[in-house]
Amino acid sequence: MNKKRGKQSVVFSNPPVITSTANIVGPMEGQGLLDQYFDYTMLDNLNNLDSWEQCESFMMEWAIKEAVNKENSTIDMIDCILAGDLLNQLMSTHFALKKLERPFLGVYGACSTMVESMLLGAMLVDGGFANKVASATSSHHDAAERQYRFPNELGAQRPPSAQWTVTGAGATVLSVFGHGPRITSATIGKIVDYGLKDPNSMGPAMAPAAVDTLWTHFQDTGRVPAYYDMIFTGDLGNVGKQLVIQLMQQKGLDISSNYQDCGCMIYREEQDAHAGASGCASSAIVFCGYIYNMLMNCKLKKVLLLGTGSLHSTTSYQQKESIPCIAHAVAVEM
Amino acid sequence: MDKMKKQQKQQIEQEQYQKKVDSLTPKPPLLKNICWAFVVGGLICIFGQFLINYFIGLGLDKKQAATWATAVLVFLGAFFTGIGVYDELGKRAGAGSVVPITGFANSIVAPAMEFKREGYVFGVGAKMFVIAGPVLVYGMVTAFIVGLIYWIRH
Repeated sequence: MNKKRGKQSVVFSNPPVITSTANIVGPMEGQGLLDQYFDYTMLDNLNNLDSWEQCESFMMEWAIKEAVNKENSTIDMIDCILAGDLLNQLMSTHFALKKLERPFLGVYGACSTMVESMLLGAMLVDGGFANKVASATSSHHDAAERQYRFPNELGAQRPPSAQWTVTGAGATVLSVFGHGPRITSATIGKIVDYGLKDPNSMGPAMAPAAVDTLWTHFQDTGRVPAYYDMIFTGDLGNVGKQLVIQLMQQKGLDISSNYQDCGCMIYREEQDAHAGASGCASSAIVFCGYIYNMLMNCKLKKVLLLGTGSLHSTTSYQQKESIPCIAHAVAVEM
Repeated sequence: MDKMKKQQKQQIEQEQYQKKVDSLTPKPPLLKNICWAFVVGGLICIFGQFLINYFIGLGLDKKQAATWATAVLVFLGAFFTGIGVYDELGKRAGAGSVVPITGFANSIVAPAMEFKREGYVFGVGAKMFVIAGPVLVYGMVTAFIVGLIYWIRH
């Protein structure tokens, strides 16, 4: 049976089960709104390691191991790991995966990496190419800041539209059998670029990509927004979230009552994160903690998770190019 | 023809979107930022003046006193960057802590600290001037041009 639906979507015939998830965060996230949904909170952003990059690798390794431990299997039972992060050449991922010694495919989708790796993992499992797949991602505030912006100790003022890169990592284990919510369908996004250039305001740049994928998902699957208990986007922040609601309204769909952005759920107002959270770990720590918990406790039954990524680099920004963006979606149902 | 129409339509759509984004994006609190910058920048300058007067009081002439005061301010800028305070100040004071010479010290010490892990040659040595480098380059270019004008006129 062909699993493709419409233009960009797939509906799985043997929906893979998310048998476990794990997340780890830095101290600032630990003091945020979702503090009770984190498996481990580090005391500082270095965690007694030599560099921020090493710390990020540690977080990813820890998250994958913890997710595997939680469902009482061993790392040897994982047929393939799909993972990625924000740093150049997936530095943190590669050093984390070096120690795990499992088959590995690197994934880069900027902040959409969590959903992209879950989507691909689900395809591997449903296609019969693997029994258990782990998908993971990480980001680190200081490591990202030094690569994309300025040194951390520089006394620069951030504009109110800027978002705060999350320090953390999340991992999921997808299995053929087991107890847990299933990934029932997915929509692969295409690159959308509305010509925005300001890397200090990525939520607005990514919002059209999120809307494009959302719209396509509904078209392809024949579903309506009300089908889902909640729709989550990855890291659009306060401004991007409003834009998504407005743009969807223009298309005649009202999602204002069951839509939230992971980037708006992590930090408290007084933590001075400005427009919200961003980074690969934004959607990862929220999905692998809060959302998974809600699904397991049946407080949410049908969830659509959109990973949103802005695919610019420091080079493209300095050469005055606009920000190409992408969004992928997975539907997770209990 | 169709392609051009499509491009035009896309452009109009993008412009409309940009307008929408601008209207939703929160504006920086201009008045608050200006006040902070004025007070902090002013205090740094008053402190500098205090240093100059102090050194003159010790018997140095005005030029020497200014050099000494500069050295002290640069040291303090570097010191407070090192203990992680200067960026907290810069977050609020903005230009107030960037423009005085302490900000210059901050812009050199911050990358030097950050890139120490890449070693003393390609890390500290190479990256030290990523922020301050342009200031030096264009400062020297300007000095050269002004010097040239001065030389022609005399």
